[in-house]
Amino acid sequence: MCQDCGCSDIPEGMVKIHAHAHSLDRDHPHPHDHEHPHDHHHEHITLDSDRRTIAISQSILSQNDRLAERNRGYFMAKGISVLNVLSSPGAGKTALLERTMSELRDRLKSAIIVGDLATDNDAQRLRRSGAEVIQITTGSVCHLEAEMIAKALQQMHLDGVQLLAIENVGNLVCPAAYDLGENLRVVVFSVTEGEDKPLKYPVMFKTADIVLISKIDLAEVVEFNRDLALHNIHQIAPQAKILEVSAKTGLGMQDWCQFIEQSLQKSLAV
Amino acid sequence: MHEVSIIQSMLDLAFDRAESQGANQIHQLNLRVGAISGVVPEALQFAFDSCTEGTIASDAKLEIEWVKAICYCPQCHAEFTPYDWVYVCPRCERLTHEIRQGRELQLISLEVS
Repeated sequence: MCQDCGCSDIPEGMVKIHAHAHSLDRDHPHPHDHEHPHDHHHEHITLDSDRRTIAISQSILSQNDRLAERNRGYFMAKGISVLNVLSSPGAGKTALLERTMSELRDRLKSAIIVGDLATDNDAQRLRRSGAEVIQITTGSVCHLEAEMIAKALQQMHLDGVQLLAIENVGNLVCPAAYDLGENLRVVVFSVTEGEDKPLKYPVMFKTADIVLISKIDLAEVVEFNRDLALHNIHQIAPQAKILEVSAKTGLGMQDWCQFIEQSLQKSLAV
Repeated sequence: MHEVSIIQSMLDLAFDRAESQGANQIHQLNLRVGAISGVVPEALQFAFDSCTEGTIASDAKLEIEWVKAICYCPQCHAEFTPYDWVYVCPRCERLTHEIRQGRELQLISLEVS
């Protein structure tokens, strides 16, 4: 029985339920001679015979990955080394970048892209470091994407800039999946978050080129178990270099800045 | 909740392909999701249900093939399946970060009419 109109005598394999919105000439001979009163609308459900498979096999993030590669090519052509700085909210990304840019001010020309759901508070803070700063407010989007970076780049004056830091949205989950075209992924976690942070957010830590343990000036107060934290990072992210810093006291900042300058030389040597 | 972005990207891809093939309706979307892709299947399904409303995929089923992680030990030149998030080679006990499988987030195929 034809399930659209209740008629019978439909050849096998042609049974459909449809809204009759499609043209009846397409694969649809209707070899019966009664009237088809159709003054009603109904769902367009089609049974197996008309179903077909379209093979795709494409990465869902392929669009982002393509744009990220385009960004990467742009950065290489301009001779800019790019850091993607990731952490949970409140780990101290902004304070770290403020201090980093201030310390490197005389040696490197830097710029910053900062992502937040709302407000440009971080951008205002970062501008004091002397670097050019562009704020991306993502609204409800919990991560930065390569396209947002490409758009931000159009508004920036990057001639002569050697270092671009991208402060991602504070989130240790979602930004892990999005390549922005960076040279280095910097994952920051503070001593106040606990030693087991890498165990709790392994996907993010596995993408890190360098892990920065921040706020080490507070380590003693919060009884931070340094050995355990280093062990946990190494277990989850054996590829990552580890540095310990305090943006407040400046402890470890010299090593961190040196690391940036070395990675910059490396990226330019390619 | 980047699952909404993921689903939206997937649907952009799916609608584009379905349209170019003259399909009126999408009945099923077949995904391959890796264990370390960073997405949660339940969140994907939730995002899928809300993003497909009012589209040609409104009645479609989301079929997810879950792909486990496979690592590679450069010392033993062998692949292994890790037990947990610590990727330690079962032969030499060395840690590795070389991942051969598990990051997938692919739209494999569509079933349309």
